[in-house]
Amino acid sequence: MTARRRIGWSLLGAAALVLPLVVYPVLGADILAWALFAAAFDLLLGHTGLLSFGHAAYFGCGAYVAALLATRLQAPFPLNALAGGVAAGILSLPLMGLSIRRKGIYFAMITLAFAQMVYYIANQWRGVTGGENGITGVPRGHAFGVSLVSSTVFYYATLVLVTLALLLCWRIVRSPFGRILVAIRENEARAQSLGYAVGRYKLIAAMLSGALAGLAGGIWVINHGFVGLDAVHWSTSGTVVIMTLLGGMGTRLGPVVGAALVIALRDAISAWTDAWGVVTGIIFIAVILAFRRGIVGTLEGALGRRAAPAPAVPAPERPLGTIR
Amino acid sequence: MAATLEVRGLTREFRGFRALNGVNLRVDEGVIHGVIGPNGAGKTTLFNVLSGFLKPTQGQVLLNGRVISGLPPHEIARLGVARSFQISSVFPHMTVLDNIRVALSARTSLGYAFWRSDRILDRFRGEAEELLAAVGLAPVAGREAATLGYGQKRALEIGLTLALRPNVLLLDEPTAGLSAHDVARVVESIRRVAAGRTVVLVEHNMGVVAALSHRITVLQRGRVLAEGTYAELRADPAVIEAYLGGAA
Repeated sequence: MTARRRIGWSLLGAAALVLPLVVYPVLGADILAWALFAAAFDLLLGHTGLLSFGHAAYFGCGAYVAALLATRLQAPFPLNALAGGVAAGILSLPLMGLSIRRKGIYFAMITLAFAQMVYYIANQWRGVTGGENGITGVPRGHAFGVSLVSSTVFYYATLVLVTLALLLCWRIVRSPFGRILVAIRENEARAQSLGYAVGRYKLIAAMLSGALAGLAGGIWVINHGFVGLDAVHWSTSGTVVIMTLLGGMGTRLGPVVGAALVIALRDAISAWTDAWGVVTGIIFIAVILAFRRGIVGTLEGALGRRAAPAPAVPAPERPLGTIR
Repeated sequence: MAATLEVRGLTREFRGFRALNGVNLRVDEGVIHGVIGPNGAGKTTLFNVLSGFLKPTQGQVLLNGRVISGLPPHEIARLGVARSFQISSVFPHMTVLDNIRVALSARTSLGYAFWRSDRILDRFRGEAEELLAAVGLAPVAGREAATLGYGQKRALEIGLTLALRPNVLLLDEPTAGLSAHDVARVVESIRRVAAGRTVVLVEHNMGVVAALSHRITVLQRGRVLAEGTYAELRADPAVIEAYLGGAA
């Protein structure tokens, strides 16, 4: 690693360590949870080239499962959040298994439809999810004997967990599996004709993405102590898309930066107006028009540094004469 | 190790339009079999069925006596049938070396290892460099595939096909768009590479077909018009009328 990069990462690490001194620790942990959500989402978008409009299904599933385990079984952190991740991963198997049979906009629509189904079930299954009221009083509990009631302590516990999860995300991208995903994104027919079971690869990527999104949801709910239908609402799906595009898809830090920016904006702006959505939207439009590759993507381009296997936009589908 | 490829009564319909109509074909081990015909004859459709991108409406494709029609493309590839595309189909934003490495790792199950570092792919470097040298791309190994010239992309296309160490090669117009000098080079490469393999070759360039093919099938409007050696077909009046008469 070059000296400049070492400095960069050290600064980032230092910033993460002192964040609770600058913002409310609950907000800090929120940023971490969403950063993980966005990074998980980007695994599917920036890397595999699949745009999911229904990732709230996994985030919300993780949140609800973690909340249930914490309230009903007093499951400790991080076990409850991790179980949320596993549950979301299991959920993604049938949902994504069906969705990936289509590509492009059709894939996006199917994921949205499935997420709406999950929303409906969450609304109706009042006995488990609390319906419109949601699940309240989710305790922070303990982690390895240490009480997490203090939001500052919880922030640092979350920092450890999210760092590990992000390292996993980054490892996935720079693994043989990650390389094949890029090949599939660049030329799916070619990958198939070389012997790659493309559907299987996409499904594994989708399940990893869903599971990590679920973990993010689990962390998020323990942080706030409450989960409602918002967690599975399409606006949550939309928010993670915005965060990822704003920060720069296909980059390591893009989703993290995007998440931090959106959360910070929401917090700062809602102090004086309810229309934080409008402001965020305008900023989003401005950034995308000016910096097509997002903030981090543009910075990396300017610094002459290439992201691992080069991302940007999914390659257009190749005509094959006649295709089934 | 070569294989026998057989096509029996192959029909492929697209909403009433028969792109292939009762095609029979048999390619024995080690034979180079040319497929020619005017545009629209069904050559690309035939290739798409042979490589699994299309299912037959009727009929079968057999590899060494085993039915492979209906299998997905990746499974047919794993059985040793490698296909090159008419329009160079490479991974544009990856380097030439990485393109070949992706092809080489397809034979292993390394592709699923999402927890390991991709440095493990370095083990393919030697083999990849050999392959690139064989197709003349060693000097551009580090360049992005999208920046290659047309002829080089063609060479990479063939390189990817060879990386599978296939028994059967399906070559779809390998010399299309190449200069005369490059055509000669590709013909020599194919001759070398075809040794011990079974090859089906679609071509428009009659010189290439004549030079390489042991037997040739002429397709017209989805049907087999004639089959034989180049000399036989040249004398066949039906073939001359339909195709050879007007071609280069």
